[in-house]
Amino acid sequence: MAAGTSKAAGKAAKSRKGQARLLQGNEAASLGALAAGCNFFAGYPITPASEITEYMSREMPVRGNPFIQMEDEIASIGACVGASLAGRKAMTATSGPGFSLMQENLGYAMIVEAPMVVVNVMRGGPSTGLPTNVAQGDVQQARWGTHGDHPAIVFCPSSVAECFELMVKAFNTAERFRTPVIFLADETVAHLREKVILPAEGDLEVIDRRRPTVPPDWYVPYKTDGSLIPRLADLGEGYRYHVTGLVHDERGFPTRRADEVEPFYARLFGKISRHFNDLMLTKQYSMDDAEIVLISYGCTARSCRAAVRLGRERGIKLGLLQLLTLWPFPRQAVEAALAGRKAALVPELNMGQISREVKRVNDGRTQVIRHSKMDGTMITPEEILGRMREVA
Amino acid sequence: MTAVHRSVVYDWLRHDKKFPHVWCPGCGLGILLGSLVRSLAQGGYDKNQVVLVSGIGCSGRLPVYVDVGSVHTTHGRALTFATGIKLAKPELKVIVVMGDGDATAIGGNHLIHAARRNLDLTAIIVNNLTYGMTGGQYSPTTPLGAKATTAPYGHSEPSFDISALTVTAGASFVARSTVYHVTQLDQMLSQAIAKKGFGVVEVLSPCHTNYGRQNRLGSQVEMMKSYKKQAVRMDRWDKLGSAEREGRFAIGVLADHERPTFWETYQGSVDRAQAIRKEG
Amino acid sequence: MASSKKKETAKAKAPEMERMEVRLAGSGGQGLILAGLILAEAAGLFDNRAVAMGQSYGPEARGGASKAEVIISDQDIDYPLATRVDLFLALTQEAADTYSWDLKPDGWIVVDSDLVSHPPSSRAVALPFTATARDKLNKPMVANVVALGAITELTGVVSRKALEKALMARVPKGTEALNKKALAAGSKMAKAYQASGQLAGQEPTSEDV
Repeated sequence: MAAGTSKAAGKAAKSRKGQARLLQGNEAASLGALAAGCNFFAGYPITPASEITEYMSREMPVRGNPFIQMEDEIASIGACVGASLAGRKAMTATSGPGFSLMQENLGYAMIVEAPMVVVNVMRGGPSTGLPTNVAQGDVQQARWGTHGDHPAIVFCPSSVAECFELMVKAFNTAERFRTPVIFLADETVAHLREKVILPAEGDLEVIDRRRPTVPPDWYVPYKTDGSLIPRLADLGEGYRYHVTGLVHDERGFPTRRADEVEPFYARLFGKISRHFNDLMLTKQYSMDDAEIVLISYGCTARSCRAAVRLGRERGIKLGLLQLLTLWPFPRQAVEAALAGRKAALVPELNMGQISREVKRVNDGRTQVIRHSKMDGTMITPEEILGRMREVA
Repeated sequence: MTAVHRSVVYDWLRHDKKFPHVWCPGCGLGILLGSLVRSLAQGGYDKNQVVLVSGIGCSGRLPVYVDVGSVHTTHGRALTFATGIKLAKPELKVIVVMGDGDATAIGGNHLIHAARRNLDLTAIIVNNLTYGMTGGQYSPTTPLGAKATTAPYGHSEPSFDISALTVTAGASFVARSTVYHVTQLDQMLSQAIAKKGFGVVEVLSPCHTNYGRQNRLGSQVEMMKSYKKQAVRMDRWDKLGSAEREGRFAIGVLADHERPTFWETYQGSVDRAQAIRKEG
Repeated sequence: MASSKKKETAKAKAPEMERMEVRLAGSGGQGLILAGLILAEAAGLFDNRAVAMGQSYGPEARGGASKAEVIISDQDIDYPLATRVDLFLALTQEAADTYSWDLKPDGWIVVDSDLVSHPPSSRAVALPFTATARDKLNKPMVANVVALGAITELTGVVSRKALEKALMARVPKGTEALNKKALAAGSKMAKAYQASGQLAGQEPTSEDV
């Protein structure tokens, strides 16, 4: 199925090869999912993520693949995990209130190691909050939302082009590491329309999960080679194994034995942490001679790019480190960005969810200033430049 | 007990999972497990094409003993996972085992929508009138006035009739049986599993440890025997007056009709989508 | 790129454009998001410039203030929303009041003459988009296209050719003629406005503020 899927998705990408298009962030994310081989979608309507669900409702039937609007977000992510275990590349899309409901089964996907992509287009919260306004308040929720200690992989786009690229990356990462991946966009980027040229089919790397190659009798579902990432058999292919949200042994059966529980958690974290360098994506703008560095992500990184341009026109040597990966937190890149600078400013649409991480990493060496905004609108470049007086 | 040879048990249960099972002596879940594997064997299903899905609670531990693909999911959500599995691979026989709290409290919304959608799934709902695993708190099926660890002075809510609920919600097949009426239970399970569309079997099963003792219902054996007194076959049930129905319940097939399944109607969308796309 | 020749020609004709911020505002249902989309596609795909379009809307599907912002530039667009608006189109009084606080002092202000009785500035250009669509084209819903025709004629924000191509690519089958007419009507009223000398001598400047 995987091979056929990749072909179908490839066709979608091919027909649009090299052609400039005006796309909305949500559309580009959907196209990225299809290009990466997404062949199952379950979702529930919510502003500002509904465009993805609607897009998938148009495209999935064309490809003969399942689309279903479930009764709520809990059911949507549940269906995705089920489909993933049965061999599909599954995705769901939601916003804050729905993302809160999904935390339960997100933890399930994490513990059974079901690859899938969860889109959260951030709007103002908590609760119903500001449904049609931009915010970045779910950054720590994406990291810690589901209970129990667990690793998290979270990508965050700042442009329509990045919506496509990071969605492909999200699926590939989910498949490679056998884990749910969170695609954390925001209302501005999701609704923004920009001209993009999608990459040609051949330029896209599409990764499929590793499936068992041994006969069913030899298959030990959670036993791994050196990679720490167990091979995943599709349900219904003769590998009659057990899947449970309880902590389980190598055979997949529940265990409470300390000598089995401890290695289980070690593997769950280890399979991600040993590949941190592949996962921590950042971009730099005018960093070489920057005296003051901006550290930002999502739509706010766009404000920062403008602030860098305008600041330099006025003689302020600004640079930007844009985080495309929020979790695992790109510690090395942030450390390097902070080293030897006069100060760092972290603008974000929350009360400091990433700035606290920057401060943690900085360890008191550079002046790190939080710049929070919580009024449902983007931070403007002038607002960032207005903070420069405090730095200089 | 039944005509099926004991080797069925050997063929369909997992050998690498340690027995004895987790359930209390006198629990009905072991009987249901036997009934389920007999029904699967009699139906001639391929073990590789069957997936058992469960939620959380005592019933949630049932799939692990069966030698098929088994998925023990989150509390109340088993049907959502089963929906994903079935849509991903429509050729699979997907059977969901839930408890009364699992299916009708936390999972109540999923249950009615699964019935409405009529996806080709089988839902086995084990009704023991309580939350057995967590110590005997009241569930949506606990009778008015009954004692529970969260209703020490008697339960103050009326209860759900699971079968009636799922009939109303649109399930293609709904039956009720008990772990006392094993031959009938085998038949009901066989029919539900074979049925195209959403099939429900409500299985009454005693929880002596956490329900019977609180409500002074006697020994495990006495609780089991009480089903014999309370259960009335459908053909006789129809003839009973309301006074005679007091304290009793009907067993047998409550609904059995043909409706298009979700997958069938979805294929219509697929055809229309592909035709429109071809036209450009 | 297959169509690169065409695009290069289009670009060669068009003057180099620094960041130009356009805001189209009105009430939900007036088709301003669609108008923004057509403008953005005209600029991005047919005039071959960089383009970003943002939108904001309330909970109402019809009514309520709604706006689309289109940023057009020959440079990479960093900040994707408007900060100092070069061209403001308002089709309702509420939109004219709500969204006019950050206009460039010498920018364009274009309003519907029937629906906006108090324009944000005395130098606003007031034209009868809705009345024309309703009375002359018998389709009030094409007021947005009439307005697009007019602002393009007045400001040259996109080329006329690009606008027409983008419009034809977006409108439903069978409405091409109507939409072309609407575009022409907008163009015509803008030309008439210019010819009447109403603009002469009062070309907006920063001193006007």
